[in-house]
Amino acid sequence: MTTQEWKFTTKDIAEKPDLFLSGHRACAGCAPATVLRLIMKATRGPTIVTESTGCMEVVSSIYPYTSWATPWLHTAFETAASNASGIEAALKIMKKKGRLKQEHVDVIAFAGDGGTYDIGIQALSGAVERGHDFLFVLYDNEAYMNTGIQRSGGTPHGAATTTSPAGTAIPGKLEYKKPIAEIMVAHEMPYVATASPYYWRDLITKVRKGLEVNGPAFLHVFAPCPRGWRSDPARSIEYAKLAVETCVFPVWEAVNGVHQLSTPSKLLALAPQKKKPVTDYLKGQGRFRHLFKPQNKKMLEEVQSMTDERWQRLLAKCGMTQKS
Amino acid sequence: MKSVVKQERMALSGDEAVAYAAKQSDVDVVAAYPITPQTIIVEKFSEYVANGEVETEFVCVESEHSALTACLAASATGARTFTATASAGLALMHEMLFVTSGCRAPVVMAIANRALSAPINIHGDHSDSMAQRDSGWIQMYAENAQEVYDSIIQAFRIAEDLNVLLPVMVGLDGFTLSHTLENVEALTDDVVKQFVGTRQFPDVLTHEGTTAPFKLDPENPMTIGPLALQNYYFEFKRQQEEAMANSLSVIQKVNSEYAEISGRSYGNGLIEAYCLEDAEVAAVCLGSTAGTMKTIVDGLRQEGIKAGLLRLRTFRPLPVEEIRSALGNVKAVAVMDRCISFGGNGGPVFHEMRHMFYDVNPHPYVVNYIYGLGGRDTSPTELRSIYEDLQRILKTRRVETPIQYLGLRE
Repeated sequence: MTTQEWKFTTKDIAEKPDLFLSGHRACAGCAPATVLRLIMKATRGPTIVTESTGCMEVVSSIYPYTSWATPWLHTAFETAASNASGIEAALKIMKKKGRLKQEHVDVIAFAGDGGTYDIGIQALSGAVERGHDFLFVLYDNEAYMNTGIQRSGGTPHGAATTTSPAGTAIPGKLEYKKPIAEIMVAHEMPYVATASPYYWRDLITKVRKGLEVNGPAFLHVFAPCPRGWRSDPARSIEYAKLAVETCVFPVWEAVNGVHQLSTPSKLLALAPQKKKPVTDYLKGQGRFRHLFKPQNKKMLEEVQSMTDERWQRLLAKCGMTQKS
Repeated sequence: MKSVVKQERMALSGDEAVAYAAKQSDVDVVAAYPITPQTIIVEKFSEYVANGEVETEFVCVESEHSALTACLAASATGARTFTATASAGLALMHEMLFVTSGCRAPVVMAIANRALSAPINIHGDHSDSMAQRDSGWIQMYAENAQEVYDSIIQAFRIAEDLNVLLPVMVGLDGFTLSHTLENVEALTDDVVKQFVGTRQFPDVLTHEGTTAPFKLDPENPMTIGPLALQNYYFEFKRQQEEAMANSLSVIQKVNSEYAEISGRSYGNGLIEAYCLEDAEVAAVCLGSTAGTMKTIVDGLRQEGIKAGLLRLRTFRPLPVEEIRSALGNVKAVAVMDRCISFGGNGGPVFHEMRHMFYDVNPHPYVVNYIYGLGGRDTSPTELRSIYEDLQRILKTRRVETPIQYLGLRE
């Protein structure tokens, strides 16, 4: 079934058996766990999953238990993409030699921001350059949460983490979030997309598209972490919505390098008055609390201006301009 | 006993012998990255792939770390996998060596043994693989290109044996073996294919309480590489140690089965005893040095000196009983380390040798020679001097310098 014919209804979702099972030990309000469950709902057939070391690996595989109703491999932190490379190579040759029972097996690699932006980027870049047929999913909770909230290349400007604390001399992380999805687009790979779990239908449609692509696909999913963000566990999905509404995390896809805004962000491009100020998103998150102090006013302005600048750049890539 | 099959004499360097053996062993996935002096292996194998001579998926990865990871993942999926590296490449794999053995993935890897930086040096010594001694891999060291070829083929059988299921590394001395052309008797493709057989999988308990083959199979979902905490981790490690112990007999069995078809065996597969029956003085060494040492021993024997040599073919697992028994009557032993253990009490092989004779009474004198680092040539005269030292120790009943450096400017 192709994505065009494939219409997921809430009923379909509810009826499809889970492949990421309950009983895992994720925190209350963990958006990455919701993201994984949704993604596994969108699989189209036999699937092998591999994960880098990180929160989702740790909470789902505590021996002798597992949350995975699908074959699953973990090896190390920086290896999600190299695991996928090996699995895909094995499936390919086993099929050629007549030793694969299935007609096709999909491969999904999950990694957090540490395993993608930082320690895992070499293996990811290599695997994409080689053109392995797999879907790489980055669940981005914007810091090394598994080891206790340390900054990563995906941590946003101004955020306080345990290695970029809001001190009296330095007010949180000074550097900006690495534009990882654009780095992947620059690999000239067939499919790159960003998604937010609030817009779940958009998310799972992109998963299916990524699986259907012949070659590597990269999906960047925004995944709030109440522990690391010092936010209300009940509001995780709301933050996933606000990030899109403030254009902190626009949702888009690039098919064969051609950018296109996805509906939630496209609506904001068409009706810019609906675009919310970044403070709507930042407030309530303990990691940004210090930005609201008078002495850090400049930093708050920087977050807004960088968000606007990146949004304009994205609009230009999508062939749209926003009236101010 | 089967008769020895027809073989083809080929002129191969050690690296080419590795690639040829891997080609014949029906490998499914090769993931590798170039590094001197291993590069010829990857190049040669790429040629086989480019010319359609192998049914192998060749993954030309971006680093050794990914090379081993891809092999491990492919192995977990059910493929027979092979890779090769050396020196810095092996050091970069360090993390994944433990994960590979811990996941019980029977990956086979050739190591063109080379010095570690700094200063950077591309030539032969054993520092690279000795630094990976405790990574849970079976370690074998070859004496010549023929043995390199034979050992790679045997390694698949050893690694994939259901009582073992451990990765195997086969060491060949950088340049001395990797780049030197030798006559190699090669078995035919069919004979090798039959000898290595098809990969088998053990049935293990799944999370749902049923049993299924241990691999990533959508029909039998299995979680491989989980998190195991204080309550289970220790048992996983103990099982690896048990597999190591099991491999002692498997290596011997594979060595003798291989001898039946090829006519070639390497001692009992674990150690090779040369003129040790009545020896009073003996050296212990690994790899290509043994070739020269045997010539030295022959010369000494002609002079009436009771000299012998023990070549350690398998370093991990360490064949303790076999070594003790082979050196049973020797009065003075010189252990040769082509590696330095900084701040340690001698080289890594010496540690093992001296330690294993602690309980043996009377035990021989055991002394250490560190030699050949960074490809430093060790002359026959220098090697002969070791036996002269041993004779002096026996005569004076004194060890003046237990740890010495051979062929070094002091």
